[in-house]
Amino acid sequence: MPKIKLAENTINQIKEICAQFDNQEGELINVLHQVQNKLGYLPAEVQEVIAKELKMSLAKVYGVVTFYSFFTMLPQGEHPISICMGTACYVRGAEQVLTEFKRQLNIEVGQTSPDGKFSLSSLRCVGACGLAPVVTVGEKVYGRVSPQQVSKIIAEYQQGCPSEAKSA
Amino acid sequence: MEMINLTIDNKSLVVKKGTTLLEAASSIGIDVPTLCHMHLHDMNIENKPGGCRVCVVEVKGRRNLAPACCTEVADGMEISTHSMRAVNARRTIVELILSDHPADCLICAKSGKCDLQNIAHHLGIREIHYQGEQSHYREDTSPAIIREIDKCILCRRCETMCNEVQTVGVLSTINRGFEAVVSPAFEMNLDHSSCTYCGQCVAVCPTAALTEVDETGAVIRALSDPTKTVIVQTAPAVRAALGEEFGMEAGSLVTGKMAAALRRLGFDHVFDTDFAADLTIMEEGTELLGRLNKYLAGDKEVKLPILTSCCPAWVKFFEHHFPGMKDIPSTARSPQQMFGAIAKTYLAEKMAVKREDLVVVSIMPCVAKKYESSRDEFAVDGNPDVDYALTTRELAQIINLANIDFKSLPDEEFDNPMGESTGASVIFGTTGGVIEAAVRTAYEVQTGKTLERLDFEELRGMEGLRKATIDFDGLPINIGIAHGLGNARKLLEEIKAGNSEFHAIEIMSCPGGCIGGGGQPYHHGDVEILKKRQKAIYAEDKNKSIRKSHENPYIKKLYDEFLGEPMSEKAHHLLHTEYFDRS
Repeated sequence: MPKIKLAENTINQIKEICAQFDNQEGELINVLHQVQNKLGYLPAEVQEVIAKELKMSLAKVYGVVTFYSFFTMLPQGEHPISICMGTACYVRGAEQVLTEFKRQLNIEVGQTSPDGKFSLSSLRCVGACGLAPVVTVGEKVYGRVSPQQVSKIIAEYQQGCPSEAKSA
Repeated sequence: MEMINLTIDNKSLVVKKGTTLLEAASSIGIDVPTLCHMHLHDMNIENKPGGCRVCVVEVKGRRNLAPACCTEVADGMEISTHSMRAVNARRTIVELILSDHPADCLICAKSGKCDLQNIAHHLGIREIHYQGEQSHYREDTSPAIIREIDKCILCRRCETMCNEVQTVGVLSTINRGFEAVVSPAFEMNLDHSSCTYCGQCVAVCPTAALTEVDETGAVIRALSDPTKTVIVQTAPAVRAALGEEFGMEAGSLVTGKMAAALRRLGFDHVFDTDFAADLTIMEEGTELLGRLNKYLAGDKEVKLPILTSCCPAWVKFFEHHFPGMKDIPSTARSPQQMFGAIAKTYLAEKMAVKREDLVVVSIMPCVAKKYESSRDEFAVDGNPDVDYALTTRELAQIINLANIDFKSLPDEEFDNPMGESTGASVIFGTTGGVIEAAVRTAYEVQTGKTLERLDFEELRGMEGLRKATIDFDGLPINIGIAHGLGNARKLLEEIKAGNSEFHAIEIMSCPGGCIGGGGQPYHHGDVEILKKRQKAIYAEDKNKSIRKSHENPYIKKLYDEFLGEPMSEKAHHLLHTEYFDRS
């Protein structure tokens, strides 16, 4: 079993999130969401803390983390890019969009670009099938994406986050 | 209680609300085939994920078929358990499961005892119409259990045992879809996890996805090596179950036939772990009284309650989950290990055999005993005190291999000096037995009086958690008993919180104790079988002329000739152990 190597501060952050959900086993998915939001990913050591706080088995926590494609055990890029491969997006050309992202970023699904800026993942349905094919970058959703738009989307983030720029 | 009217296969019946279709059908003698479902009545253990869909039945007016194991009855339901549609669906489902299953039944460890094989046979499947990709996963070998995940059908029975019953929490289904496997966290191997090797997952696995490490080959090689003296010890619970492997009624006592079979297999001496169980009582009982009397004399530092330490899965459990309490269990080694330590010192000297030429084989109802015998502290210069620990099932396998007609064997006796035992040691095989044996001796040592009544009914039974107060001639001794690690955990939490009322606690990892051990003949979820084995154990105790461990003449002799007295320095060295923080 790997030993906890997390900073005290990080452990406390995780414990706080668990406490917000009353350390309830049934809140596992919410806890995982919040922790991933804060830390960017869910490495083994983090899952150990969560399992302990929620008084559930580590295997069960790991089972949930590996079941949902949203959760990741690998550190994500500054701007995590996800391409929906659900049925609607797939039939409207999501695969070509994904191929274009892979080509331009020169990384595979599950990998992060060497400069740490982008990571690439595929997911199953974000519930916006009317906008298929859908790409998300961080929290931002892009609809009806074509392979031609890929370079534009990437460019938006190379100078910093556009949504932040707007709100400022 | 609201009652529900329905018909099943045109038979009308009335059942309680909340009853499942499977239970309702079974109540009128209709057997719906199941695969993932498992219900251990009396123990409140039910696994019904509704995952395999083999139990589907047709409900009139319902669009799709209903899984009988997890569909509740409703008023006016008309069920057909074997309509053409239901039977065809069942066959399709089993064919689909088989399409992603290795077809090596002829050479599979579970052949003849496999639930999947049985159901395929039952449904008359002769061809698999579906051919597609098969899922593959690496094999995982540990000191006691092998995971061959390619044979897993994701029934989740092992998960139920590991998480809900044992609260060990090592096994969980991970990943999704075709990639889904049952695995420890982070896909680590079992020997890196906090697995206790209790083997309850093996005991309920419908296929050969989980099996014990097979050591029969090594034992056969040792038996045919003329330079080795090979001796064997048999655990108490084995004699109450081995017969089942040869088609005998559950609860048949086969002590004499087992001894005869072992002799015919070529063991040089056939001894009994029961002898070592008597020795355990001498050591553990003395330790109990030592702690108790210190406590009564006002020593508040003394660790009470004392916990039994015979069960290797239980030992590993507290080493992982309660390492802060590792000074509470008795330091006495288990009977298996006491036997090994005495055999390779006292006995080897008596027989003038060198340690490395003496091979100690044990026959155990247990999977964790394989792991226990491999622990470093139970070896001298790399030579283990117990060389091989076979399960009851493995013994049956080598008896078959040797063409021995087990049922017609005569009853034979164990050899001496390590074959003599008392009734107290036999009951080690069932929940409540170790503590009852300890009470029989501790009472007489403490009070100096002869115990009039030897049957402590108040300590017996199948309840997961039991307690009783035994009157030690005016001194009330509170005793707790837990079987199943989930129940043990409850008692440990109490001790941790400082509210334990007990002086002594017996813990066995497997439901029922060793009679329900992970190495016993498969009971396929029938708890009645465990009850019959338990009855057999108590019957053997009753038949013994000596029923108290301290009256075993060979135990007395062992102390006179070799050990001195219980807890002596020599006894400490050979018969006690230490525990480790594995958290």
